[in-house]
Amino acid sequence: MTGVTLAPGSSRGAALMETAVKGRGLWDDARRRLVRNRAAVTGAAVLAVLVVLAIVGPWLVPYRYDEINKDDVWLAPLVHGHLLGSDALGRDLLARLFMGLRVSLAIGATATSVSLVVGVIWGATAGYVGGAVDEVMMRIVDVLYSLPFIFFVILLMVTFGSNIILIFVAIGAVEWLTMARIVRGQTLSLKNKEFIEAARAAGLDGAAIIARHIIPNLLGPVAVYVTLTIPGVILAESFLSFLGLGVQPPMASLGSLIASGAQDMELAPWLLIFPSLAMIASLVSFNFIGDGLRDAIDPKDR
Amino acid sequence: MLRFLVRRLAVAIPTLFVVITVAFFMMRVAPGSPFDSDRRLPPEIKANVERKFGMNRPLGEQYLSYLSGVLHGDFGPSLKYQDKTVLDVLRENYPVSLKLGLTAIVIATFTGVSLGVLAALRQNQAADYLTVGVAIIGVTIPSFVTAPLLQLLFGSKLGILPIAGWDKGAFPNMVLPVTVLALPQIAIISRLTRAGMIEALQSNWVRTARAKGLPEHQIVTRHALRAAILPLISYLGPACAGLLTGSLVVERIFNLPGLGKFFVVSALQRDYTVVMGMVIVYAVLILSLNLLADLLQAGLDPRVRLA
Repeated sequence: MTGVTLAPGSSRGAALMETAVKGRGLWDDARRRLVRNRAAVTGAAVLAVLVVLAIVGPWLVPYRYDEINKDDVWLAPLVHGHLLGSDALGRDLLARLFMGLRVSLAIGATATSVSLVVGVIWGATAGYVGGAVDEVMMRIVDVLYSLPFIFFVILLMVTFGSNIILIFVAIGAVEWLTMARIVRGQTLSLKNKEFIEAARAAGLDGAAIIARHIIPNLLGPVAVYVTLTIPGVILAESFLSFLGLGVQPPMASLGSLIASGAQDMELAPWLLIFPSLAMIASLVSFNFIGDGLRDAIDPKDR
Repeated sequence: MLRFLVRRLAVAIPTLFVVITVAFFMMRVAPGSPFDSDRRLPPEIKANVERKFGMNRPLGEQYLSYLSGVLHGDFGPSLKYQDKTVLDVLRENYPVSLKLGLTAIVIATFTGVSLGVLAALRQNQAADYLTVGVAIIGVTIPSFVTAPLLQLLFGSKLGILPIAGWDKGAFPNMVLPVTVLALPQIAIISRLTRAGMIEALQSNWVRTARAKGLPEHQIVTRHALRAAILPLISYLGPACAGLLTGSLVVERIFNLPGLGKFFVVSALQRDYTVVMGMVIVYAVLILSLNLLADLLQAGLDPRVRLA
């Protein structure tokens, strides 16, 4: 994805040798490769800035995100102390942008956590228990996988009204399927390893083996998938907001800001352009981090 | 091959059944009714209307009769558009989505494959970086960002293309929506093709073809591309289904009278039968295109059949 083909033979060979000498673990190795990946480091830096802005940003702006100033309507950027301009109700765009960033990132983190917990438990159980249980559990995933889920999310939003909790749940419910598949595949390859055998011989029961031995060893591929799920979730929420089914005004998310900006783009293009830039910056950095992490953890799979 | 087909159908048919069931009960359990409007109907009239559409019977019974209707190809009448059946509504809106989707798929496949092959042949050169750049932009920038930005640029600032509208599918009206639909697909397709080509070009059969002294263009088109395109097929199945059923966002932004735009409106109005019809169309398309992709892949690659 980054398009940079490192010379894998030499660097990996060197890394292997050092491993032998100093006992460098998988994670140290991965970290070294990650730090050398310029795109991933840049992505992480941009993301760190965005997260900090999402947390403290709203307090740095002299306006509240829902504060209506009827004298400051449709201001262009840099006029009257509105750094990024203002909207039809005279609300400060910078304040709304920080709030939108906060909401979007929070939804991304929460829904991803939901999908992480459900997907990991489901996949690890199916893979570890195997047999008929595995068959049934994965058939369920197959069936859910081929449901037109976005239609169901929309139906859910339309019928029960859109509140933020429901958005979390609905998006998380869609995203756990891929996680479950990845985790199951990994578990299958893990469960016949010697250390699992040893744990079983030591008298641990299934649940304890899954929790203490299987799941910690899955973290690599799961971490990669998480960094690619978060932007997916942010996109899904924005998509709902764009259809008017997501976050409701005066609350803002990046998607709802873009949606309303698109309506007013002829009069006030800045209302479209700045939220779009924030959206692009966060999505691109998540993708860079995810790709970098994948290359770092599994250099073969590029 | 037959066993393969049977196994796939064994998943596809129950899935369709689950889709219909879940969608049916989800809509009915939800508050609201198609006959709620600004003007409240007197209870007697409402009861009358409900009786007319069989909505006074127990939900389970309604479900069974709906199911048997669908099996006989009868999707029922629209609850909101008087004197129109669901099939009428679908027939009116679907061609718009179909035309847009097909155009976008053809353009995206052609452009994406060409870009991917070019990038693989010129690995780590300017053309390769260009493709990778396009791929990153296409994958990460959502259509509801590109669409308004393109409208702003070509529609209002330059004024060379209409901002929105369908105009019976006139060419200038198609340009922007098709571009927005195709862009992310071009990105993904070129990425897949590039990866497949790089692998294929290093394979033994390409080396053999080279050793035979075949001209380079024949090696690329006849030998390498054929293998490189395999992963693309399994991607294109669901992607086609998505595009052919209409993009909710694109149809809304460009104000096109397609299936996607209609779906949200019908769901908001609680037009149960129309929404159900659209869900079924979508599900059938996605399932059959997936099946087709699986079969194609099994036909092209014997390793898949045995797995």
